[in-house]
Amino acid sequence: MEMLLNNPTFAFLQLMNSISLGMNLFIIAAGLSLIFGVLRVINFAHGAFYMFGAYIVYTVTKLWGGPFWLGVVAAGLGLAVMAIVIERTLLKFLYDKEHLMQLLFTFALVLILGDLAKILWGTDQYSVSYPAALSGATNLGISFFPSYLLFLSAIGPVIMILLWLAIDRTRWGRIVRAATQDREMLSALGVNVTVVYTSVFAAGAFLAGIGGALAAPRVAVVPGMDATIIVECFIIVIVGGLGSLWGTFWGALFLGFVTQFGTVLVPNWQDVLAYLLLMVVLLIRPWGLFGRPEGEH
Amino acid sequence: MSDHISRGTLLACAVVLGILMLVPLSGSRYLIDLSTEIIIYMLFALSLNVIIGFSGNVSFGHAAYFSIGGYTCVILLTTYHWPVVLALPAAVIMAGLVAAFVGYFCVKLNDIYFAMLTLAFSMFVWGVAFKWRSVTGGDDGFVGVQIPAWLDSRTAFFYFALVIITVSIAVLWVICHSAFGRTLIAVRENRVRAGFVGVNTRRMRWTAFVVAGTFAGIAGALFGMYNRGMYTESAFWTESAQVLIMTLLGGMYSFFGPAIGAAVLYLLDVFTNQFTEYWPTVLGVILLAILLFLPEGIVGLAQKIRRRTSARA
Repeated sequence: MEMLLNNPTFAFLQLMNSISLGMNLFIIAAGLSLIFGVLRVINFAHGAFYMFGAYIVYTVTKLWGGPFWLGVVAAGLGLAVMAIVIERTLLKFLYDKEHLMQLLFTFALVLILGDLAKILWGTDQYSVSYPAALSGATNLGISFFPSYLLFLSAIGPVIMILLWLAIDRTRWGRIVRAATQDREMLSALGVNVTVVYTSVFAAGAFLAGIGGALAAPRVAVVPGMDATIIVECFIIVIVGGLGSLWGTFWGALFLGFVTQFGTVLVPNWQDVLAYLLLMVVLLIRPWGLFGRPEGEH
Repeated sequence: MSDHISRGTLLACAVVLGILMLVPLSGSRYLIDLSTEIIIYMLFALSLNVIIGFSGNVSFGHAAYFSIGGYTCVILLTTYHWPVVLALPAAVIMAGLVAAFVGYFCVKLNDIYFAMLTLAFSMFVWGVAFKWRSVTGGDDGFVGVQIPAWLDSRTAFFYFALVIITVSIAVLWVICHSAFGRTLIAVRENRVRAGFVGVNTRRMRWTAFVVAGTFAGIAGALFGMYNRGMYTESAFWTESAQVLIMTLLGGMYSFFGPAIGAAVLYLLDVFTNQFTEYWPTVLGVILLAILLFLPEGIVGLAQKIRRRTSARA
């Protein structure tokens, strides 16, 4: 606590760390939020998608010697293709079943994809280096800050704006928004709802893929990284309000701050603090800090 | 679900119990260990079904009460040198009290929010077990549990667990088939109508939550003693998912279904591990098969086959 109050540079660095962490989390959680908003499926496999994104960028940069950015694009596209295959061959049979069935379906994916990652990449811990152009530090006046983390802080809002444009300003976005309201009516109006669902699931997985790829230089790429990120994503989308994009944005920023400042204020207990916050939000405002109660759209 | 236990079910229970009682006579340590683990998981899965099958809420954090029971029991036994006859009931009461506290809030929510709150709480328990090193042993686990001499042998512990679990399952059966259990099913089938005829649906669901948590606590306390330790994995969300799969595999609309599911899944786990390390994939494929082809579980399938054969006869 004293460190934060007496050392403005330290406080500033924590602030910047919170933002970069929050923005990285936002990219991942936005995919989860998008999938839930339209398909009404809580995707437990989203963490596995994220993990695959990180492994793919590792493969492209370390094993094949390709550029980092190519790895990020490959991660996004690779996951989108995987999602299309999963949605077309399995998930589509479960839309008319109960929530529990869909939830357990995504859990089956967690189990299978976790093993698949072990088969493909083994159980070693990998690290991915910062892309060459962003490997240094930038002078922000108050202090130097790693350029890559600064880039993460900037890419979050960019993706937020792109997503908002896609959902608010395009024909696809209008159909997606209609699908969240009334899928039967949409289908009756002649829209191919199947294609909407597939594209949304693929778009969500794409975001998880690039989110994982962009996180790879920040974290250790290991088996099990899927199980921890998914709980963080749940915290974000619930705190922000299920299915709301802006809510997800603020929720991610919020979790970034809680985690980063929690590390300083209650060392070692920052995760527990985050779970506690999730419980409090669920009890006081189950529709999230930035969402609206159901039925008040 | 009939009021009186059918003769066939009663006979099946007696046969299973009889076989289990004979297990130690085989003299195989492996068989005794396997049976102990299976009956513990049977009780765990049956306890979860009070929330899912009877009140219709999906808990994604049932491992919390299992691990609270387990940690409380082993900590009281080892750190505070309590005797088993006190530590075990204390652990169960602890799990029940925590379930009462958490459940009070959980039953205010429905569907996904209910699942998320149970998940959040179980992760909170996991976080505490993980970080509160001085009490729980943190990620190294709580090891070196002291078991009194009379329970130290495998056979003695097996019979001890068998008696407690048999009594617990009998009590659960009575609870689920009482007026209370019937009303719970009414709540599950149509909460609004159950409310109209004067049922306090929230209190019913709360009671179901407490019953489920308490019996999970018994399973957890026995597990901690059997295992001579508790590890944080027991509280992680994947453990909650595993017991959910057991319940679903057996069939959540029948009382004994989850116990069958637990036994089948546990045996499959042991069996698969002899051939491959990729048990999760096998589990995932089983889960997919249940979801796509067997939504009512093994018991549902058995009933369907019986109905078809009797229709032909």
